[in-house]
Amino acid sequence: MSIETFRYQRIPSDTEPLRAEVRRFLAEALKDRPALRRADSWMGADPAFSRELGRRGWLGMALPRRYGGSEAGPWARYVVIEELLAAGAPVSAHWIADRQSGPLILRYGTELQRERYLPGICRGELYFCIGMSEPNSGSDLASIRSRAARDGDAWVLNGQKVWTTNAHHSQFMIALVRTGEKTAARHEGMSQFIIDLKAPGVTVRPIRDLAGGEHFNEVYFDNVRLSHDCLIGTEGEGWQQVTAELAFERSGPERFLSSIALLHTLIDGVGRQPDALQAREIGKLTARLVTLRQMSLAVTAELARGGNPAWAASCVKDLGAVFEQDIPEIAQAVLDTPPAVGGGSDHAQVLAALMQMAPSFSLRGGTREILRGIIARGLGLR
Amino acid sequence: MRELFESTIERLLADTVTPELLRHCEAGEWPSTLWTALDESGFALAAAPEDQGGAGASWDDLYVIVRAAGRHSLPVPLPETLLVNALLGRCGIDARNAPLSFAARSDLTRDGDRVSGVMHDVPWGRHAESVVAVSGGAEPQLLLLPRAEARCTQRLNTAGEPRDDLHFDAVEPLARAALPAGLPADVLWWGGALLRCAQTAGSLETVLRLSTQYATERVQFGKPIAAFQAIQHQLAVMAEHTACAAVAAEAAFAESGEAFATWPIAAAKVCTAEAAGVAAGMAHTVHGAIGFTHEHALQLCTRRLWSWRSEFGNQSRWAQRLGRAVCAAGAASLWPAVTAGTHPQLGDMNDMEGMEA
Repeated sequence: MSIETFRYQRIPSDTEPLRAEVRRFLAEALKDRPALRRADSWMGADPAFSRELGRRGWLGMALPRRYGGSEAGPWARYVVIEELLAAGAPVSAHWIADRQSGPLILRYGTELQRERYLPGICRGELYFCIGMSEPNSGSDLASIRSRAARDGDAWVLNGQKVWTTNAHHSQFMIALVRTGEKTAARHEGMSQFIIDLKAPGVTVRPIRDLAGGEHFNEVYFDNVRLSHDCLIGTEGEGWQQVTAELAFERSGPERFLSSIALLHTLIDGVGRQPDALQAREIGKLTARLVTLRQMSLAVTAELARGGNPAWAASCVKDLGAVFEQDIPEIAQAVLDTPPAVGGGSDHAQVLAALMQMAPSFSLRGGTREILRGIIARGLGLR
Repeated sequence: MRELFESTIERLLADTVTPELLRHCEAGEWPSTLWTALDESGFALAAAPEDQGGAGASWDDLYVIVRAAGRHSLPVPLPETLLVNALLGRCGIDARNAPLSFAARSDLTRDGDRVSGVMHDVPWGRHAESVVAVSGGAEPQLLLLPRAEARCTQRLNTAGEPRDDLHFDAVEPLARAALPAGLPADVLWWGGALLRCAQTAGSLETVLRLSTQYATERVQFGKPIAAFQAIQHQLAVMAEHTACAAVAAEAAFAESGEAFATWPIAAAKVCTAEAAGVAAGMAHTVHGAIGFTHEHALQLCTRRLWSWRSEFGNQSRWAQRLGRAVCAAGAASLWPAVTAGTHPQLGDMNDMEGMEA
């Protein structure tokens, strides 16, 4: 690894008209959205909003036109998604399809698969979730046991996924499952499948999170029949495909903007004349926000050059999660307002929501320990 | 130009700035051979305009020189000389091919052609040929003063780098000029902070390199300590902060031109100061007792980090400056400032001295 991966990267200035257009749209579209709902952002699902983004060409921006994308490139896409997140727009319905499943299908899918799924993703109509964790396979993902067995030229899937964000809003899951025998080579014998969540034998059950919300699920597969064209990519190479996907998952603006709604209510709650402590803490958070974005842009540039900087993406996600988790801690410390549920000021309600959401920030998309292990590997320590 | 600067200075410093040389310098020696080598390679004048024999380098290009100075714990005021020659050029004053320095904090009064008062905490003050400060008052001027005319109160920072007070008594400046548009009266705070950000970023790279190298070589319990997760995770966090400091410092340089890029500089000073404290502490944890010896090279970096983070405004001061600006303009101003890389309220607060800590 080289720290040089983190070279400063400006977003090209030709994206500025697009940014202005997105801001105008959001100012109008979200004008009645309360602060508490803005705090949901990429946990808030609104299919009508997703379809409107699709209509405007703001989904699938990195995908080719022949599949419904806009070929606008990584920087235009970055501008759109960071504006959506900073404004607290409800992007959850399409988020995973746009960020991860679309690029994965483009990269590894057959022509038939691309034509089947990508246009719907770009229109904001097809939603995907990611099937990775299982009850006994969390951080140790390679130990998964869900298995697809061959049956003629089709497959039969049995097993269970858990902590599957948005399975209840999605039509499809891209799941990592075992297709070969478990061997000494831990990372072999796994494949990825596109699973229709309406198929017979699939059961989706919500899991209530600690605050009572329903964002994630357990998903059961009971003799689910998968036709041969449900396999995505190459049989047995699921692990490599998943690993490549994760660099995109770990360095985007959603990795440091999850608590931005609370930073906003904190600033306005403190008022125009902060005391010395408030000014210092808000200033430090501001500096960290600025710098995390610079780090994220540097990794985006590296990805655009075709690199796969897994360790660098993990740096963004780990530092970003610490930042997102510090915001509720600092907010409750510098402004004497207790968190409130079901009433109270905007700030008190957003504080309560994000304080309770914060533990998930260093779990989803790879735990803190896993991320630091990836960075350690980048340093040549393992 | 950046690549040429980088390869040239890396080669020069890797060969000449040895731990032995650094120990001599800390004992009070001036490394004249080293300065001559830098001078002959054109680095003293790199920031000066081309019509003054300089390279007219942009801050974007100068970044790699200042970062290299940090990587190698360079014991001469090359970063300070770059800044002073850049400012002299902006003010239409001839560049100087000599060790130069400056004071962000000074208390100087003008009486006709003569200047009296004190310049505080001048880096390498005793070794500088001449020094720059901005006089206060309604029409601030950039003053270039001959160091030989000053009485010097000597002090060192934690790394043994001179940080002297220079007292002037009715001294005639070598040159003076009104600050041009775009350069505020606190320009030397901005410039000084900018330099320390890049030096810190460079030093952190060395600290990370020394620490990963030590962890893979040091064997305990029958294996290199790098095999232990507790050590791996500390090194991972050091890498995160090193990366954070690197990109923040580079952004501050890249966005600075005729005027200093205040928003990214303030952000970089806050983040590099944080990184310095975190990484220095972890590096010593990883190194164990050997890293606490004077003999080991780690202290050459960590003792610098412990001072550089506080020089030209500590973390709190810069954070407060950002925080006040953001609060004064309200939450709606935050995100537009982040994406634009500039904040309308920040430039209005000219006088850091006027702010309570």
